[in-house]
Amino acid sequence: MIEAVGLTKRYGDKTAVYNLSFQVRPGSVTGFLGPNGSGKSTTMRMILGLDNPTAGQVTIGGYPYRKLPNAPRQVGALLDAKAVHGGRAARNHLLSLAQLSGIPARRVDEVLGVVGLQDVAGRRSKGFSLGMGQRLGIAAALLGDPQVLLFDEPVNGLDPEGILWVRNLMKSLAAEGRTVFVSSHLMSEMALTADHLIVIGRGQLLADMSVKDFIAANSAGFARVRTPDTEPQLREKLSTALAEAGGQVLPEQDGALRVTGLPLPRISDIAHDTDVRLWELSPHQASLEEAYMRMTQGAVDYRSTIDQKAGLQQPLPPGAQPPMPVPGQGQPGWYAPPPPQQGGQPFAAPQGGPGPYGAPGAPAAAPGADAPNPYAQHAPQAPQGQAQPPAAPPQAPAQPPVAPAPVAPSAPAAPTKPEDAR
Amino acid sequence: MSTPQPPMPQTAAPNWQAAPGSSYPGYTSPIPVVRTHLGHALASEWTKIRSVRSTMWTLGVFVLLVVGIGLGTAALVAGSSPDGSLSRENPLSFGFFGLLLGSMCVITLGVLTTASEYGTGMIRTTMTACPSRGRVLTAKAIVFFAVAFVVTLASALLVALADVSMLDARDPSGEEWLKGTVGISLYMALLGLLSLVVGSIIRHSAGAITIMIGVLLAPLVIALFMFSESLQDLQQALFEYSIPNQLSVFYSQSLSDSGPSGWDPLWIMLGVTAAAFAAAYALLEKRDV
Repeated sequence: MIEAVGLTKRYGDKTAVYNLSFQVRPGSVTGFLGPNGSGKSTTMRMILGLDNPTAGQVTIGGYPYRKLPNAPRQVGALLDAKAVHGGRAARNHLLSLAQLSGIPARRVDEVLGVVGLQDVAGRRSKGFSLGMGQRLGIAAALLGDPQVLLFDEPVNGLDPEGILWVRNLMKSLAAEGRTVFVSSHLMSEMALTADHLIVIGRGQLLADMSVKDFIAANSAGFARVRTPDTEPQLREKLSTALAEAGGQVLPEQDGALRVTGLPLPRISDIAHDTDVRLWELSPHQASLEEAYMRMTQGAVDYRSTIDQKAGLQQPLPPGAQPPMPVPGQGQPGWYAPPPPQQGGQPFAAPQGGPGPYGAPGAPAAAPGADAPNPYAQHAPQAPQGQAQPPAAPPQAPAQPPVAPAPVAPSAPAAPTKPEDAR
Repeated sequence: MSTPQPPMPQTAAPNWQAAPGSSYPGYTSPIPVVRTHLGHALASEWTKIRSVRSTMWTLGVFVLLVVGIGLGTAALVAGSSPDGSLSRENPLSFGFFGLLLGSMCVITLGVLTTASEYGTGMIRTTMTACPSRGRVLTAKAIVFFAVAFVVTLASALLVALADVSMLDARDPSGEEWLKGTVGISLYMALLGLLSLVVGSIIRHSAGAITIMIGVLLAPLVIALFMFSESLQDLQQALFEYSIPNQLSVFYSQSLSDSGPSGWDPLWIMLGVTAAAFAAAYALLEKRDV
């Protein structure tokens, strides 16, 4: 059990962490999310007693880390995969840590086997790849067979097999009753691994809830409605009818309509009543990534802008078309605020089994290839009137919901107007 | 928590049950928990210092310099001085030149022992594994001091024996033997320890090595350019208390008759190192890693 109370850390006049209070409970994987520079690593260092909090305190099992009896046997941590002396062989590195903690030397070979580094145990860690370095760091964290484990970005640089391994490792560690606290940027990983989320932005707590609640509270599910492309007037007609019925209709860039506030059967009925044929009527549940993006969009410190290359580009030859921008890049990120009703489930889709992440409202007809990809790129709606040239968002291929979609964080790339932030 | 959880295996695996009195259910490791003490940290630091190549390199170069230059000087002096001209000299004093150059290696190794952990980030791993930061510093100091003392003593003894056998000089007295081998080795090890402590304060290898080489050479160099009459006293003090001159005191070969004599250099270095160690200890406890 990790417990932070009013944790604050200032470096000079910059406040890295402000008044953070949370609990990390044993028996589950707790994800720790936040944009770059939001204070995740600072918090982790304070948990481990490496940095002293300016105010407040953080305890593990009731003790501050530096007062913890047998600290390395109670807490294991992976802070930075490169926090090793590159000139020292992997086995000697672990041996020195084992000796420092009074752990028998044969445990070193055990953990080297656990992380799969037994064949390179005698090699200097300077030559390790990032993934091998991560494995060495995980080995160091597991060395004391501790009750509490902290991992800062554990899957950085790991191959798919390694990512799967880490995911299962976290879950099995938590299932044994340990406290597992993991920070990561990979939302798809967190969605699959974590049970509980702690989200911080600019050093302050944004959310402390289960993954399911987090998605429900921070995402707006919507229905995508597509009318025949050949008859644009049908689209107008349907939009009007849906708006009259109380739904919010937002056009998508490829001509589809994004409807919130109406259940799917009702949309179908309205379409039928107004004599509009539908090419598509599909429910969409926002992914953890989208929920996270919406929550943190006001708390992002470092935001990329479009690479203008001003004055550096060759003038286009006459008649040549400018290249189409890649969808998602440089487009203003804007996420609709969550709907007013709690639960964020505006339409009652036929209730089937639990959705991809146990979220309610996933379609009953989910199994198989029709399942909505939880990471399908939702085209940003660009309501500010600075829409980019239309570029059809690629409909990501449908996948079974358990498959981790290799999601390139199609981050809101353009400077978002702060007033959009929820 | 609303997420479905796999049942906790406390009932399935009895040895995982939380220890009685524990405030929350949890995992208990089957590996026996021992109370760690300085001995564990010493073993760990010994593993660390012997498992990096920089130790072997700096110590190898040190031995090469001390023994090579020591023997070379002895051979040169033995070949070029006429019979009887050395009869009043202390033969051990020809080990001085090698040790003066070798002190660079001791300084480097001392700084690297602490500062390289900051450079690589290893210090965070170390301090997580041992939250008693002072214990880590103490263990480093002891292990390094022992290594530096033993290596210096062996090299200095070898050179001393060669000097006595090769040179046609007087037999050194017992105290001269003690000062020329054990004394000078203690001094060199303390100089390295001071570097280690400075490395812990500065936390940057190159910076700390530069500072220590400055401490070694700057007083002599500065004193060389003090021509003014009014600075004569300061110039004299700088000469006498510079580290090279303190080294030569161990061979009763001081640049001047005033200033430190006998075992004074050892006490001076001991005092400086102890003060620096106290500062490093306090800073280590207070600063963020």
